[in-house]
Amino acid sequence: MADETNQGSTPSGPRPPARSGDRGDRPDRGPGGRGDAGGRKFFRRKKVCKFCVEKIDDINYKDVRLLQGFVAERGKIVPRRLTGVCTPHQRRLSAAIKRARNIALLPFAAR
Amino acid sequence: MEKRMQRTYEVMFIVRPDLQEEETDKLLATLQTHATNAGAQVQSLDKWGKRRLAYDVKKFQEGLYVLLTLQADGKAIHELERRMRVAEQILKFITVRMDEEQQRLEKIRKIRASRVKRPPVEATPAAEAENPPVTA
Repeated sequence: MADETNQGSTPSGPRPPARSGDRGDRPDRGPGGRGDAGGRKFFRRKKVCKFCVEKIDDINYKDVRLLQGFVAERGKIVPRRLTGVCTPHQRRLSAAIKRARNIALLPFAAR
Repeated sequence: MEKRMQRTYEVMFIVRPDLQEEETDKLLATLQTHATNAGAQVQSLDKWGKRRLAYDVKKFQEGLYVLLTLQADGKAIHELERRMRVAEQILKFITVRMDEEQQRLEKIRKIRASRVKRPPVEATPAAEAENPPVTA
């Protein structure tokens, strides 16, 4: 049941915004970052890169525990804007996740 | 003159879970001899044991993970991969080149170590004289 509603909403979800997304993206992203969050009464905690904070240099594809934290329920790689991982680390992270997928440590698509 | 480029590789592969233990040991032994014959030096062979696969591979839901670390050149790896592709007991494999990554990590570690060292060293006048030119 839950799966059905999920599947129903995902294809219809991204498609309509796809057009307006191009236009909507730019103005959204500029002020939409930290500056605007302060202007609104939302208090958003500033995300920090886990790998920088904990000084994890080696993002290894064998470390399934670590990688699992950056993979969504369905097996997708969670975007940087949600996890707060910095760009260099996200790059390595995604490479590691893709390797792990290749050797069946992580799913390409769960269920 | 040794013209062959020896590099550190890591080969991870999944063996069928329904084999007898002797059979897997035999398979691993033959694989190792093939590797050495091709001109590779096996550094370690690490059996992870049975693990659930994230998705079905050749209709198997679990597999025996084995991690093989070796020093080899491209040709040896190519030969080893060909062998693994032919061996039907091996469900899947992945080869990763490690030496560049190791070098990178080594570099980071050195930088870290030097950063940690610097603060206590600053107290001595010799280091103080040395420091300003670095920052400027």
